[in-house]
Formats: sequence, structure tokens, C-alpha cells
Amino acid sequence: MNTDKSILIKNGRIIDPANKVDTQADLLVVGDKVAQIGSIKSDCENVIDAKGKIVTPGLIDIHVHFREPGDEEEETIASGSAAAVAGGFTSVVCMPNTKPAIDDQTSVEYVHRMGRQARKTFIYVMGAVTKGREGNELAEMGLMAQAGAIGFTDDGCGVQDAAMMLRALKYAGMLNVVFAQHCQDDSLAAGGVMNAGYNSTILGLPGIDPLAEEMMLWRDIQLVKKTKVRYHAQHISTAGSVELVREAKAEGLPVTCEVTPHHLLFTDDAIIDYDTNYKVNPPLRTIKDVEALKRAIREGLIDALVTDHAPHLQSEKELEFLAAPFGIAGLECALSLYIKALIEPGICDWPDLISLMTHRPARVIAADRGTIARGDRADITIIDPGAEYTIDSSRFQSKSRNCPYNGWRVKGRVEKTIVAGEIRYSAD
Amino acid sequence: MARKTDKKFRWRLKHLLGLRELDRKEIEFILDTAKAFEQVGRRPIKKTPPLRGRVVANMFFEDSTRTRNSFALAAGRLSADVIEFTKKSSSVSKGETLLDTARNLEAMGVDIVVVRHGAGGAPKFLSRNINACVVNAGDGYNEHPTQALLDVYTIRQMRGSLDGLKIGIVGDIAHSRVARSGIWAMSKLGAEVTLIGPPTLMPAQAHLLPVKISYSLDEVLEQLDVINMLRIQFERLGKNPFPSVREYSHFFGLTVERMKRAKPDIIVMHPGPINRGLELESEVADGPNSVILKQVANGLPVRMAVLFLVNQAAAAESKSK
Repeated sequence: MNTDKSILIKNGRIIDPANKVDTQADLLVVGDKVAQIGSIKSDCENVIDAKGKIVTPGLIDIHVHFREPGDEEEETIASGSAAAVAGGFTSVVCMPNTKPAIDDQTSVEYVHRMGRQARKTFIYVMGAVTKGREGNELAEMGLMAQAGAIGFTDDGCGVQDAAMMLRALKYAGMLNVVFAQHCQDDSLAAGGVMNAGYNSTILGLPGIDPLAEEMMLWRDIQLVKKTKVRYHAQHISTAGSVELVREAKAEGLPVTCEVTPHHLLFTDDAIIDYDTNYKVNPPLRTIKDVEALKRAIREGLIDALVTDHAPHLQSEKELEFLAAPFGIAGLECALSLYIKALIEPGICDWPDLISLMTHRPARVIAADRGTIARGDRADITIIDPGAEYTIDSSRFQSKSRNCPYNGWRVKGRVEKTIVAGEIRYSAD
Repeated sequence: MARKTDKKFRWRLKHLLGLRELDRKEIEFILDTAKAFEQVGRRPIKKTPPLRGRVVANMFFEDSTRTRNSFALAAGRLSADVIEFTKKSSSVSKGETLLDTARNLEAMGVDIVVVRHGAGGAPKFLSRNINACVVNAGDGYNEHPTQALLDVYTIRQMRGSLDGLKIGIVGDIAHSRVARSGIWAMSKLGAEVTLIGPPTLMPAQAHLLPVKISYSLDEVLEQLDVINMLRIQFERLGKNPFPSVREYSHFFGLTVERMKRAKPDIIVMHPGPINRGLELESEVADGPNSVILKQVANGLPVRMAVLFLVNQAAAAESKSK
């Protein structure tokens, strides 16, 4: 073995959108860095033949739920991390809605430590905005930021009280962090389990009006005007939200947003059989909303493609629709889902897609990731874009199976995931 | 209208989950079957043997006297053994899940599960996960198919057919499973349905349903052949969707005064239990136009028909296997 650990990736199509690279070349990793790109002659023993494959900066998912601490039977940081690298993700951002919530320095450190121990993907942490995510008192954001939290959110719900939100944004202003919000006005959404519309009416299920999302997003944008703090709207799901983000961006406000695969691939028609695998928050909307989100992606309005990986036990999902928890697990097939939703219908090309899964989400969290120029950290994903496979949730690294895509025939297999110069995942 | 049962028609559904998925022919077939069972209730010995040796479990997770007893009697008249299971459910309560409960009953050899549950879709969910027949006795505010069937049965009994009849459903449509099943059954049988109530009690996108919508009972009352007064279900209403009971009654209550402007032979229905003086004045509830007790009586043959048919479908299915 070469003592100076190195990997040579031969003949891949290297796509590095931040550096406007899309070329056939070799890439040499030495230690934890990208050492060279081009036509490389090397005596490196560790050679990966990437002919016909795409070599990209490691994928980044800025919205996952790893359930630890508290719900380790659903997912642990170790199992979630293994799922992440199997999906090609070299960095993820864990949400703070664990039990207890990640709302202090010690718990931020705990998640980081468990992530390091898992030694799979790199883990970033968002801390809770308010203590216990209860919306009443500010959590110790400063100390959490010092411990490495890159942003704050009460994800799972939004900060309801406008004065509290303003105070939190102002305070966050001194910390150079991003403020992320699950936009949902609980007074409008109360009790809802699916989109409010024709389907909720004929199924007799309480609905969540699109306004619940849009009202909070609108409010927050007004608060961002005042505070100028970086603000990120999580998993937007409605045509109205797209318009609000468009206006905010046109005004030059520091507003970003993300979408999930399920809001691009399903409408609330999917719920017609009360299958709880489609119960997700924000809920699946209508075809008009799906089209608006896709158009927004084409126009570059969306900053990040995420998973909102939300694992749940089978026994929890095997309940009445009203009683089952919200969430879809999908880290391991996310890339293929985005290929299906965006590349196959011609909404995105490969550099666009990679960009939305690498350096653009990195920019949202102000992380120095998502590029593979010489000297960059060697976080690399190798993808076989043509490989077809069937999604089999029973073989997930994730501990949970709440995946409505099970059995889908999809394209684009993750072949290898390299994190900081180490191969952390290989297909087969 | 001729009511000859189509000889070629064969009932094939082993579950009755709702009326949205049934077509006119299927609904009429249930009603015709019910008609044939009507005479059993007039016999000195009110029993007939088709469900002998079968077990019907009445699983009621919500309070009910009328529907539960009606199903128990219907099953008894068909000679089935009946297990009563009542449990107040709450979606958050820990303990045995709905599915486990049903699987346990099934393990005891239950053939038909009659389920009333607070969560919309619960019967559908059960039907996907157990082998027994599932009959929906009311789920959340999704459907209450046997109630709507007995309603249209009663109307047919009075008028021969629903074709062209103008039917008003008044009250809390948004939270009413009776309204939802009624809309499907009545519109499929050819009636013109108008939903009447304040906008806060209309469901989302109600205009996409096969109905007309009116916010004024007084404007449409004169045209109605049938008026179905829904019960104001205080337990489901949440934060006050109307300012006061007084104001609601003022605009949407069926009073003696209002009845003077209705067609003289208007049929007044109510799924019960009545909030007397709220949606319905006592004099109207007990008056000559009211068919409320007839509805209750008709619940028996209708539920007998449903139990009989799902059992027959299940038997045919197991034979073909």
C-alpha cells in the first residue's frame, strides 16, 4: 500500500458546477484532498475505473432527521450516516427535533461526536431556535454556534409567535448562521393531515391549507427585510411559496429555499387509499404546485434539493391515517428520484442537478464544501447514470422502511462515495 | 320505475367501505336486496338463516347506540353470532393498535368486522390488512354508507325513485360522514343535491362535488322535495365555526315557521340523535313530514342486506380460491 493514501479515479466525466467544469478526465486524491485533475500518470495502486461514470463533488443534503437521541429504534446517527453515504451524500445537516431537542451546546457536540464515530458521512447540525422547540424561550444559540451548529430551526414546526421570531432573527444576526424555517402557521394547519382540497374533502380527512405555509413565509420575509439575516425556507410545497421566494430574491433579500423529491413526484391524489407512506409534512399538494416547483427549479429559484429523510417504524406507519406520524425515508434513493423528477423530463441537465445537490446547498449553510478543485477536501461521489435498479427498501441501510418509492424502477446508481479521501461506500 | 333486479348482476364486493366507489347499479342492488329482507322483521320469529355459523364483530371505537344496535339486530336476524367490542379510541392513546385488535378478533374466527372509528379511512386500512369482510359503520368524517343507504331507501319507499328529486342537506357538511355518503348515494341515484349551511361548515373545494351549494336555507327551501337536517356535532366542531347556537338556528334551523314555506309533502329526515330546538324544532321532528323513525326502522333491512352481500362475496371468493 502507498503510505501516502491515494485514490486515482480514471476517465470519469467530472462535473464540478461551481468551477464550471464538465469534462472527461482523471482525478487524483491524496490524503484527504483533491491533488490533481487532468490526464494523470500515477503509480497509485488504488485505481477506480470511472469510464461512463459521473464524478462529482460529494452530494450534500441539508435536511435530514437521524432521530438520535430519543428514537433510536427508528434511526441512529450511525444508521442514518450509512444510509447517507449509500445515497452518495458526503455531508448532511441533522435537524434538531430529536428527543430531547438539540437545543444546547452539549447536544450539538453529542451529534457531532456520534457522527465522527460512525465514520460515514460528515454531519452538520442545526440547533433549535427555542428551548425544547416549544416556541417560548430562545435556546442558547450563541453557545450552540460556538459548538459548531451552522444554523437554527425548530423544524417539525415553525416559530409561531411573530415577536419571538423577530427576536430570534435579530439575535442570530451576530452569529453568522442561517435561520431555517418549517413554514407552517399552526392556527391554520391545526389538526390537518393532508393538503386541504378536493381530495381531503372526499376522503374526509382534515386538511392543511396552502395558506398555512404561505402566511408564515410571507411574515418571515417581512422580518428578514428588517433584520437582513440569512433565511432559508425549508421544503416549500406550494405555488404561492414559489412566488413569495421569487419576490424576496428579486428584492435582493438573503432568502433561500429547498424542495424535496416527494413534492415533485406526488400530488395529494396519492393518498386516495389512505396509505400512510404518503403522509408527510408539509403535505403533498396539487399538480399546479408540483409544476410551479419544477418551473422554479428550471428558473434557478430553488437553492437546494434535499430529502427531508424522516424515518419511522413500520408499526407507527401501520396506523389509521390520522394517527400515523408524518415523514418519508428516502436518503438512499434520493439521487435517482431527482433524476426521475428533473433530468428525465428535461427540467435539469446533469450540471444543474449536481449544482443543486452540492455547492448551492453548501452555500445555504455557508459551508466550504461542494466543489472538487485541486486542494479541495476530497468529498466525491461516483455515479453510474445509466444503471437501472429497483428500489428495495428492505435493503436500506436506514433502519426504517417508510418509503413510498419501494419497488420503483429507477436510474442512476451511486457507485462510490468518498469522504475526506476515504472510500466510505461502494455499491456491491 | 321498474325495480326488477338484474338477474345477471352479481355482487362482488366483500367490503362496504363507502358509497363513493359504488355505482348506481350496485347501490340499487343493495336497496333491492334490503327490500327482500324487510318482511323478516314482520314475522313472529324475526330470523332467517343465511349467516348461520358466521361471526360478526361489532367494533365500535366511538359512541353509538343506534347504529351499533341496528347492526347487532341485523346480524342476529341473519342468524350470525355477534361479538360486541366497544372502546373509546384516541389517536394518540398508546396500547393496542387498531390493526392488532382486528387481527386478534380475526384469529378468533370473525368473518365480518363492522367498524365505527374516529379516523377517516380506518375501515379501508383494515380491509387492506385483514381477511375478514369489513363494513364501515362510520369513519371520522369520511363516510357512513349504511346511514346514507337507509336514507335513500326511505326516500325510495316514499317516492318510488330519487330521479329528479331536489334534496337539501343542511348543516355541518364539513364534519359529516352522513353528508359525504349521502352526496354520493343521492347524486348517483339521480337526485339533485344542494348543500346548505354557513361557509365555515362547508368542506374545502365543495364546489367540485356533484352538488349545488347554498348559504341560505330560505332561498332554496321552497324547491326541496327532501330535506336532510344534519346534527350539529359539537364534539367535532373545534373553534366556533358560527357565532352562537341561537344565530345558527335562526338561519339554518328547521322551524314550524319555515315549514310553512316548504312543499306540503316535503320529506324531513335526520340521522339522529336530534338536538331538539337547534337544527330541528320538536314539532317538526315529530310532525307529519318527519320520517325519522322510519329511517331507524329501515336501518335493519338495509344492514341485513349489506351483511348478507359482503358475506356472499367472501364465500364466492374463498370458493374460487
